Amino acid sequence: MKARVYVMLKNGVLDPQGEAVRHALGSLGFDGVEGVRQGKVIELDLAEGTTEATVTDMCEKLLANTVIESYRVELN
Amino acid sequence: MKAAVVVFPGSNCDRDLAVAFERAGAEVSMVWHKETALPEGVDIVGVPGGFSYGDYLRCGAIAANSPICRAVVKHAEAGGFALGVCNGFQILTETGLLPGALRRNAGLKYICRTIGLKVETTETAFTAGYAKGDVIDIPIAHHDGNYFADEDVLARLKGEDRIAFTYTDNPNGSVADIAGVLSANKRVLGMMPHPERAADSGHGGTDGTAMFSALVEQVVSA
Repeated sequence: MKARVYVMLKNGVLDPQGEAVRHALGSLGFDGVEGVRQGKVIELDLAEGTTEATVTDMCEKLLANTVIESYRVELN
Repeated sequence: MKAAVVVFPGSNCDRDLAVAFERAGAEVSMVWHKETALPEGVDIVGVPGGFSYGDYLRCGAIAANSPICRAVVKHAEAGGFALGVCNGFQILTETGLLPGALRRNAGLKYICRTIGLKVETTETAFTAGYAKGDVIDIPIAHHDGNYFADEDVLARLKGEDRIAFTYTDNPNGSVADIAGVLSANKRVLGMMPHPERAADSGHGGTDGTAMFSALVEQVVSA
């Protein structure tokens, strides 16, 4: 089974990389890009039966820094 | 005074930090990241700058979960001293020993230059060799030094006199110009600037020396 973890900077934490991407899109002529947030996706190959609670634990302990980042887990 | 300097794969300021401690009169041992315990009788642990584990995932995240870091946390929780510089600061925030986190510099660039650092408190052995309000010249060299802490944490840091240093001219976007913070017992310091790189006349400045001499003096007598 696979899990996908999305890690993003929390709302309210300035994302300078996202801002730089927004400016670059603007200079390419893409109007109307009002905000860009950049995050990361982590794909995990897991043994069958791994629970969402375990993946959440992985996020809390290592995959995300919850001081500045939020995360979302997708299992499939 | 016995100091231990932790070495991770990717550390590059470990020897500079060891030399700064040695020059101040400390007995220094280097400790590899796979060790599970610190040498007997260590008074202070230095967590050096560099790019531990290639900065993979997040700066300091993997190092914070290494075997030696569990020993560093135990040492600090038992009242031991620890100094984290640059990547070492990032690692100490990732372990939870220090509050907050270090984000990408606001200007997105890696910054390597000497900056002015204001001493905000002398109520700790780390800054006992300075006077409150002193401005010292210390080099920075980082890409992720943009300190973040939420309002509550900031208020606590200010209220408890735990901001050790601020930038005189904020280079990276850090909240409240913060360059270094202390633990609640003021025995753990994390800072982005490199005092060990201003500890020899050959470095072009020696403003960092007073930190190491004060540590050697105070930690021994503690």
